[in-house]
Amino acid sequence: MSKKLKKRIRKVGIGAAVYLAAVLFAHFVPDRNRYVELVLFLAAYFVIGGDVVKNAVKNIGHGQVFDENFLMMVATAGAFFVGDYPEAVAVMLFYQVGECFQSYAVNKSRKSIAALMDIRPDCANVIRGGEAVEVSPEEVGIGEIILIRPGERIPLDGVVRKGNSSLDTMALTGESLPRDVAEGESVISGCVNLSGVLEVEVDKVFGESTVAKILDLVENAGSKKSEAEHFITKFARYYTPVVVGCAVLLAVLPPLAAGGGWSEWIYRALSFLVISCPCALVISIPLGFFGGLGGASREGILIKGSNYLEALADAEMIVMDKTGTLTKGSFTVSRLVPAEGADERELLEKAAYAESYSNHPISSSLRKAYGEAAGKEIDPARVENAEEIAGHGVCAVVDGRLVYAGNGRLMERQGLQPLPAEEIGTVVHVAEGGKYLGYIVIADEIKEDAREAVDGFRKAGMKKIVMLTGDRKRTAESVAEQLGVPEVYSELLPGDKVDRVESLLASKSEKGKLIFVGDGINDAPVLARADIGVAMGGLGSDAAIEAADVVIMTDEPSKIAQAIRISKKTLGIVKQNIIFAIGVKVLVLLLAAAGMASMWAAVFADVGVAVIAILNAMRAMK
Amino acid sequence: MKKTYILEDLDCAHCAGEIEAAVGKLDGVTSSTVTFLTQKLVVEVEDAKAGKITKEIKKVVKKFEPDVEVVEK
Repeated sequence: MSKKLKKRIRKVGIGAAVYLAAVLFAHFVPDRNRYVELVLFLAAYFVIGGDVVKNAVKNIGHGQVFDENFLMMVATAGAFFVGDYPEAVAVMLFYQVGECFQSYAVNKSRKSIAALMDIRPDCANVIRGGEAVEVSPEEVGIGEIILIRPGERIPLDGVVRKGNSSLDTMALTGESLPRDVAEGESVISGCVNLSGVLEVEVDKVFGESTVAKILDLVENAGSKKSEAEHFITKFARYYTPVVVGCAVLLAVLPPLAAGGGWSEWIYRALSFLVISCPCALVISIPLGFFGGLGGASREGILIKGSNYLEALADAEMIVMDKTGTLTKGSFTVSRLVPAEGADERELLEKAAYAESYSNHPISSSLRKAYGEAAGKEIDPARVENAEEIAGHGVCAVVDGRLVYAGNGRLMERQGLQPLPAEEIGTVVHVAEGGKYLGYIVIADEIKEDAREAVDGFRKAGMKKIVMLTGDRKRTAESVAEQLGVPEVYSELLPGDKVDRVESLLASKSEKGKLIFVGDGINDAPVLARADIGVAMGGLGSDAAIEAADVVIMTDEPSKIAQAIRISKKTLGIVKQNIIFAIGVKVLVLLLAAAGMASMWAAVFADVGVAVIAILNAMRAMK
Repeated sequence: MKKTYILEDLDCAHCAGEIEAAVGKLDGVTSSTVTFLTQKLVVEVEDAKAGKITKEIKKVVKKFEPDVEVVEK
């Protein structure tokens, strides 16, 4: 709690005691002096609301007429004027209590949102002259070695030079499983070192490091404002003058028409003044959005502005790139089909050995599959005379026998009849010593949560779910079928993807939004063209962080569905708050005009509503 | 050039909007954004006018919210 707030609460407390004394005096002292009573109430009033009056007077000097202090002062002074002393003080008292509570709630939510983003490292231990020196992360240069002990946050991006450990990336990715790192691997600032001591060679200065970029992005997210925020700012601009105008008319016209009853109508008009401050309304809307942004970033979803958070809720089309978004972009052996008289183990072993000298991703996937199946590494001594046959495959002498591995044409060239392969993906046929062994299918792996992601999009009400890819038609259709993606466009060049997105944009409804998801590396133009560009795998990729409106820090496409859910929830809360706050205010205005609501109700409509709306807005964070 | 200020003790969301609008009207300012929750004011100002803009911003803020301290970041 801030000092200012504490002081204010103390004043309100003392004022409340004086007020109580005045009320008791008014009730229990018979034949009391009217003036003593007035003085007592005035004393309570100034203890409680002295600051309000002071600010009101000061602000009039600045030319600020419709300031909330001024309005409260006029309302309560009016109540004194019509003889309602206790009510005048009570209204001021409750206004102040409400303001204190509001200020407390705002501070509290500011703090809890700040805690969500508490990934800024305080210091770095840099090794200089053989000793670890504690400096601020900004002072560390590229190439210096920093020491990170268990429990410390990694202050700068770099490469591990010494040590093994596991890292908690939760704050960045929302991922609860720790990640293991060893010598030679990159580490990213913002992660927490869990187990071992690490020595890391810094490869980026602090301002360029991941943690600084993310903090910058999150802190500036609030400044790209949503439609709802613009609406409420505009609304507030007209609301106060209109309500004050109504109050004046209410105070003057009916008594003139009826020829009397001034104090009754003035009292009703004063209630209007109490309700006329728009602060309550204005506060809960950005708070809701900020809560939503904070909650999303805790899940490893960085949204670059409230406007994008708002747009996500209106999304009706989602267009995804296949490789890197729905599939891992890495190849693995998906099927082994031995020919008659051969077995899977033999097939894989011969293929892996024959391909062991190649660096092609296909070859490394074979080596990896062999390593996993056989539990041992390739023994280079068993391979001789490895040779590449351009456009066909490879041949090599393995254990003294000639092995061919490659496409169907390579087999035919050897006078062999390969099995017809119907599978999706790349097919490698294998022959040994003039005998055909069978074929191996190597395919890009679908991500574990891709299916869940597509289901999530459907549940979120996407009217169109589209997959784009440069890959072959058969492969694309197979992936789409496995995932339940209804619309696929394959064999596209990068330029075709932009055209495809353009035509989809033209076909959507006016209010609907189109989301494009890519890995952020070579689809920047499409990311920019879509209403909302989402980049996957932001952790460690500057390009993705720059290009997109929404960055998913992990590789999980299901997080996009989650982002849409968060967005819908946030928008729901914001709408509730707008309707609730405006609704209550209008209702109390009507009741007050009809003489059915007291100033007490008016104070509730002002600060009570604000507090409820703030509490509601904080739900967006969870 | 871009300048960032912290508005300490900014309590009133409506005033934040008023400050944003008033700073936006200052001579040389091309964009102005107040984020109530981070208590931040970010302005885009023409280089030639950047020198005395801080003083003018302080004046504007004092007018709306006398309790708020403007700190340049």
